[in-house]
Amino acid sequence: MAPPNQRRSSYSRRAQYNVFTGYIVAGIGALVGAVLLGLSLYQPDLFGWARGRASDTVAPATRTAAVVRTGTRSLWQSIAGYYRAGSRNAALESEMEIARIRLAEARAVERENHRLKALLGLRDTAAKPVAMARLVGSTAASTRRFAYVGAGLRQGVKVGMAVRSPRGVVGRILEVGSGSARVLLLTDSESVLPVRRASDEVVAFAEGRGDGLLRIRLINLGINPLRPGDVFVTSGTGGYYRPGIAVAILTEKTDDGGLARLISDPAATDFVAIEPIFDPEAVAAVQTPVEQELGN
Amino acid sequence: MERINPRSRSDAYGSRINRSHSPAFAYSVPWLSVMLGSLVPLFLIAVAMPMVPPTGLLMLLGWRLVRPGLLPIWAGLPLGLFDDLFSGQPFGFGVLSWSLALIAIEAIESRFPWRSFWQDWFTASMLVAAYLLSGWLLSGATPTTSSLAALGPQLVFSTLLFPPFARLVARLDRFRLARRKRLG
Repeated sequence: MAPPNQRRSSYSRRAQYNVFTGYIVAGIGALVGAVLLGLSLYQPDLFGWARGRASDTVAPATRTAAVVRTGTRSLWQSIAGYYRAGSRNAALESEMEIARIRLAEARAVERENHRLKALLGLRDTAAKPVAMARLVGSTAASTRRFAYVGAGLRQGVKVGMAVRSPRGVVGRILEVGSGSARVLLLTDSESVLPVRRASDEVVAFAEGRGDGLLRIRLINLGINPLRPGDVFVTSGTGGYYRPGIAVAILTEKTDDGGLARLISDPAATDFVAIEPIFDPEAVAAVQTPVEQELGN
Repeated sequence: MERINPRSRSDAYGSRINRSHSPAFAYSVPWLSVMLGSLVPLFLIAVAMPMVPPTGLLMLLGWRLVRPGLLPIWAGLPLGLFDDLFSGQPFGFGVLSWSLALIAIEAIESRFPWRSFWQDWFTASMLVAAYLLSGWLLSGATPTTSSLAALGPQLVFSTLLFPPFARLVARLDRFRLARRKRLG
């Protein structure tokens, strides 16, 4: 379509001024944008209040969409369940028998654990979650990987709390609004999580790469002991996450560690638990400068 | 007396007798549709990589290229500010990039007043590519090659989605100008 002839604004002074003012305001807009961008790159949580308010405002809509999303998925799963039902039933039954035996063994181990812990004077560290909420949305068009949960200050959610699904770690709370909160997902390229191999004490960092995989970086360099298929769990270092929550499975070995795939895909879970910070003292200690003494 | 064509007194926007455009719809639909476009990616869960095209920007480019002269050149300031609230990029990135995109289109338009759709499509896809690349550079995280590679699918989707968005804008334009106000 051809542009209307507004640009050649006749001899009317008023029309000419209008066009000119439009250009000026557009230039000022770009300048304002550049200043805001510089400020928020320098201090990322400067405008967190505005984003929190905004995500609270759209929370009813995103929450409804999340209900519909999980609802349609389970409907689809129940339809798909009828397909090959017989053979799967037989396979499940034999698996169940083995699982019952393993469960009995696990109970015995648990009892022994209890006894040993009582002997040592340790108490159970399994914390109750602060809130259970739905993952209501994410920043799907941006390079950064953030998600939103439908619980905020009103439910007692605070910055730094761990977000987990029944399968494993999802991420960490980054900003809190009154009824919603923003989560830094593990796949974001700014996310670093201390992990260890589930089978032994090989410690590493799991860093997001920004393309859906995690980069496992070993702390002790030397011969790389990792093998594809290794499962990594949180180590509890840093104080944010409770130790022993599943994080990732190694898929590829590299020079200084490997590439790993997430165990808990947040898109496949409907409810997530928000857990309190595992060890607030350790978090405070990390954030305190070395010159400043802790405790006073 | 029998009329030959029952629609002889109406056009694409409805009957011309006793009806007029509604100013509220005519002025608000472009702005509201761009804002709704900014909200769309929020409703989808993308964990691995950015898969959803920047629909707000596509709507803005659609309105600007399909209906030139409707959105003012400074529209990037308020609409970009709204997009920043939900996009996940650092605050201010939307304001800057959307303003620059509109200024760039203005410059292109003064150079090529008569354009074909293919040319508009090319302009839009170049602008979206520049937007995604600068979004990767200025995301607040360290730009890595793997996150750059993750932009590929999003770039392809966005380029392919411009023509449907242009059609959508044309539909919305007819909706906007439908004569629904009753005169007299």
